[in-house]
Amino acid sequence: MSTATRSLPRALGAHAVLLTYTAIALFPVILVVMNSFKSRAGIFGAPLTPPTPKTFDLIGYTTVFGQGDFVHYFQNSLVVTVASLFFVLLFGAMAAFALSEYRFRGNTMMGLYLALGIMIPIRLGTVAILQLMVATGLVNTLTALILVYTAQGLPLAIFILSEFMKQVSDDLKNAGRIDGLSEYTIFFRLVLPLVRPSMATVAVFTMIPIWNDLWFPLILAPSEETKTVTLGAQLFLGQFVTNWNAILAALSLAILPVLILYVIFSRQLIRGITSGAVK
Amino acid sequence: MATKLMATKLMAAETRAKRPIRWHVGVFLAPAVLVYTAFMILPLFGTLQLSLFRNIEQSQVFVGLGNFRTLFGDPNWSVNFWNALRNNVWFFIIHMLVQNPIGILLAALLSSPRLRFTAFYRTAIFVPTILSFVIVGFAWKLILSPIWGVAPHLMDFVGLKSFFTPWLGKEQYALTALSLVSVWQFVGIPMMLIYAALLSIPDEVIEAAECDGVTGMAQFWKIKLPLILPSIGIISILTFVGNFNAFDLIYTAQGALAGPNYSTDILGTFLYRAFFGFQLQVGDPNMGAAIATIMFLIILAGVCVYLFLVQTRLRRYQF
Repeated sequence: MSTATRSLPRALGAHAVLLTYTAIALFPVILVVMNSFKSRAGIFGAPLTPPTPKTFDLIGYTTVFGQGDFVHYFQNSLVVTVASLFFVLLFGAMAAFALSEYRFRGNTMMGLYLALGIMIPIRLGTVAILQLMVATGLVNTLTALILVYTAQGLPLAIFILSEFMKQVSDDLKNAGRIDGLSEYTIFFRLVLPLVRPSMATVAVFTMIPIWNDLWFPLILAPSEETKTVTLGAQLFLGQFVTNWNAILAALSLAILPVLILYVIFSRQLIRGITSGAVK
Repeated sequence: MATKLMATKLMAAETRAKRPIRWHVGVFLAPAVLVYTAFMILPLFGTLQLSLFRNIEQSQVFVGLGNFRTLFGDPNWSVNFWNALRNNVWFFIIHMLVQNPIGILLAALLSSPRLRFTAFYRTAIFVPTILSFVIVGFAWKLILSPIWGVAPHLMDFVGLKSFFTPWLGKEQYALTALSLVSVWQFVGIPMMLIYAALLSIPDEVIEAAECDGVTGMAQFWKIKLPLILPSIGIISILTFVGNFNAFDLIYTAQGALAGPNYSTDILGTFLYRAFFGFQLQVGDPNMGAAIATIMFLIILAGVCVYLFLVQTRLRRYQF
């Protein structure tokens, strides 16, 4: 009885703090998306009210689609993200399998070597990466970005995936071996399907920094054909500083795809974090 | 006994010798190791090496630590360098003092038993973390802009309108304001990691504490906090690495010149300007490499302090 009376005000207090912080976290996003649907007068006259029939206007979106080549940038981002993700998951899972399944000389050293990249950011090697890309003629190609992002994503992917691969039952793999399956079949047919949930977690972790990165597109692939949506938005925003409708619309267009993906995968992501893979 | 041991050893040696080379191990490892070595490790060492050379009359000349001497001593470089380093330290201090305590507070509240809507709060508070720096930097620039007037309008609600100034435009406030924007963006990460750590504390420990009369705040400080110290160590080192490698937010909000008057310049933006040049300054890959080397050493020092001093001394509890 006494705990019940004591816990009610405490629960209310907790809700008050959490609600306040949720408001702080969401306010800028809501503000930007809401105002992108308004006319210029509406944006400045009443920034905090939702669009009314009087202030509703799509002028910002028509400017964005008329000016920037956003569909093309979007395709570039998609190609780079999907391809990097594919290679990170495939190569990462293969290496994680080798490290967790087989005992060989230098196993621990190899694990440490591959884990180095979790702590040391790849960005610090930029000067030499650019020279390498210039030497191989890969500057201003999406291939350059894909290679760099694959290298960037591998360390964490291998680290997380090998933790999960250790949990796959040995009996199952040995049963496969007795049935005459090759090591490759065991990996692709038995192990990969079993670690699919953790692959999804790694995918989300790998995807967000790649999609949002500004540094490497700016340095390795700033040409018009290879611009990613993040770089395109950055340059567009710089050009249209005074066109608030266009800026708000461009920001909303950049927010929405990520937000939709996040809402779909948030359960996966949060389970991945709280399951202790990153601890 | 001894002979038996010898025999088993011999047998083991024999099987090892007979075992064929396991090509598949190599095949599984090769792609990851190749890509990782070619595009991460080699460029990293290439950059360290470049920092020891200088371009004199179109050829690379070995100058030893000459570039670092220029960086620390030559007024053309050192003023900017020490300024960027100082700003970067302040950037990190704000994260440690604001982001991580708020993260811990939110996680502690989220993990309180029988609280409803936790999934909603978790999802909502993590939203800023998934957004790109471009969006975050620009959205806050608009909100804090005196032209739009959203920030003064909001402060008027709580009677603080007179305190409003265009923070991003003032030298003494701009860096702190941007650090707080970055805190706003990343508070979800410490929150999630601490939340996970708090959830993994077994109920028996909490029940035992309650039997002994340790509840509420005392329970948090005396029981839970010591148990989540390893996670606090991890978020500290993650914050450290992230902050000394930061670039995007400053670049999107203030441009490569990190204005006003370099007051928001951090090592990342300084590296970018040194490497590519900006306006009148010509880009210099060797000086860029020297700055990247300093950043590498700072981050390495931080990671070593964490691995050898912090992690080994933290007491871990096995449940």
